[in-house]
Amino acid sequence: MGVPEKLEFFVDPNRCIGCQACVQACSECDTHRGYPMIHLEYVDRAASVQTLPVICMHCDQPTCAEVCPADAIKRTEDGVVQSARKPRCIACNNCVLACPFGVPRMQSDLMMMMKCDMCYDRTSIGKKPMCATVCPSQALFYGTREEIELLRPRSRPIDRFQFGRQTITTRVKMMVPRTGRVEYLDVASAMHSEPIGNRLAATDDSEGLDDLMFAAYEEGDAQR
Amino acid sequence: MGKEVFRAGVWGVAVTTILALLIVIGSRNLAHFDAALVGYTFATLFAVFGITYRYAMWLQRPPTALYWRRGWQVFFRRGFLLRNLGAWVGRLTGEFALNRFIFRRDRARWGAHILIMWGCLIAAAITFPLVFGWIHFETLPEDHTWYRAYLFGFPGFAFPIDSLFAFLVFHGLVWASFLVTAGVMLAMRRRMRDHGAAALQQFGEDLLPLILLFAVSVTGLMLSASYTWMKGYAYDFLAILHAATVILTLLWLPFGKFFHIFQRPAQLGVSFYKDAGERLEQARCRRCNDPFASQMHIDDLMEVERKLGFQYEIDDRAALGADHYQRICPRCRRALLGLAQGSAWTNEER
Repeated sequence: MGVPEKLEFFVDPNRCIGCQACVQACSECDTHRGYPMIHLEYVDRAASVQTLPVICMHCDQPTCAEVCPADAIKRTEDGVVQSARKPRCIACNNCVLACPFGVPRMQSDLMMMMKCDMCYDRTSIGKKPMCATVCPSQALFYGTREEIELLRPRSRPIDRFQFGRQTITTRVKMMVPRTGRVEYLDVASAMHSEPIGNRLAATDDSEGLDDLMFAAYEEGDAQR
Repeated sequence: MGKEVFRAGVWGVAVTTILALLIVIGSRNLAHFDAALVGYTFATLFAVFGITYRYAMWLQRPPTALYWRRGWQVFFRRGFLLRNLGAWVGRLTGEFALNRFIFRRDRARWGAHILIMWGCLIAAAITFPLVFGWIHFETLPEDHTWYRAYLFGFPGFAFPIDSLFAFLVFHGLVWASFLVTAGVMLAMRRRMRDHGAAALQQFGEDLLPLILLFAVSVTGLMLSASYTWMKGYAYDFLAILHAATVILTLLWLPFGKFFHIFQRPAQLGVSFYKDAGERLEQARCRRCNDPFASQMHIDDLMEVERKLGFQYEIDDRAALGADHYQRICPRCRRALLGLAQGSAWTNEER
């Protein structure tokens, strides 16, 4: 039994609040018990509170599988790129370094790569992945296209990503503005982009930081 | 027919022919070859062709070819050969003979694997030389209570037929069957109880090899039981049944999970490649400037990606500070994903 085609994974990093619930839930998954495979990434921790959850995007042409010298990574018919098969993985690290999304993890002590397999033990029997089950802000949402359209009228999902000259299409979708002209996310061109809410980066002394914190406190007080 | 297929086919035919010649030579023009075992011999020859063909195809894949080449290069690098030989012995013992890396992964998995592995190794070491006629035993002309072992037709050591040594040697396949059967039981138990394994396992890939190994072991034990305690009851039928299970297993060797036996040694080459990488210059991320891999690995990976048809080259090198996406570390790649998605929203708000 595979993952039903009508159920899709939608990621909206903008909604991530960095609570780490997904990380805790991920390590409960039966296919990699005790090891969280999701990355809860701080974009620029010193300057911004922006965080994002990074799961495997399940590429249509997975670079990790192509560069694997041991044929250890397989993409099943339902479009899920499975974690490295244990008897074959030789811990070479090629997949970790080649994945354009930076997803696979190398467990050096186990001599094995492990990555998000969309909680295959759950999704293959119609359940939601662990992370999407617990995400309080629905930055990670697993459901049908109709459900996400109802929930996010201002957003639409895309599945194309640009890395230099390379275009990668994925099974997992990312949310972008509905009204915009964005057809794909040019990831490499974000090299010099500033994090969202990057106001702290403009301050170069603690006085500025204090001002910002005070302003935030006052704003909150006024709302109350 | 592609060049790779032709090359792999030639390798397959060459290695199979060499083995066939060795069988003829080693059995002294088939003088010591047991005709009753001809089915096993042809199944082995087919398996050797299939394994060599698949191995040659596998070695021609760009990432495998590069690791193969680099693995030997770094192993024989001048000034490091002795150190590498020492590490090779250590890794062969720890990681291969004792399966330490599987022990670290999962104790139950280790128990199953080491029993199956050693059972199969013992069985192969006994069966193949006997089937090929490379080893045979003869009674000593002067004393019929003694056997002499002959290797490739050359006389070897002699031992009393009723000694403990003889008992252990002549029941070698029985001991191997005990090991394999216990290992298969443990593996099957894990596959039936572990939800993760149950979700990912496939019949042909994961269950069929266990079923085949179990069938070989049990029919082999039934043969021993038949001639030891049942006066040869149904021996002919059991012999055919056992041959069928062994031949099926041999034919399945080049396919599915069994092939990992031949792929796994690549782990050794990778370990020497990693050792060399640690001694060499480290690649620094073009975004955060942190070292994240050896420069050799990054350069090799870019070559592999180009050969596979990926185009991670970045045209706007001056603006982005990198000519290839491979020069950015995995952590920064994740951050860039968030930045790119965030930009889509902030650009929209403007």
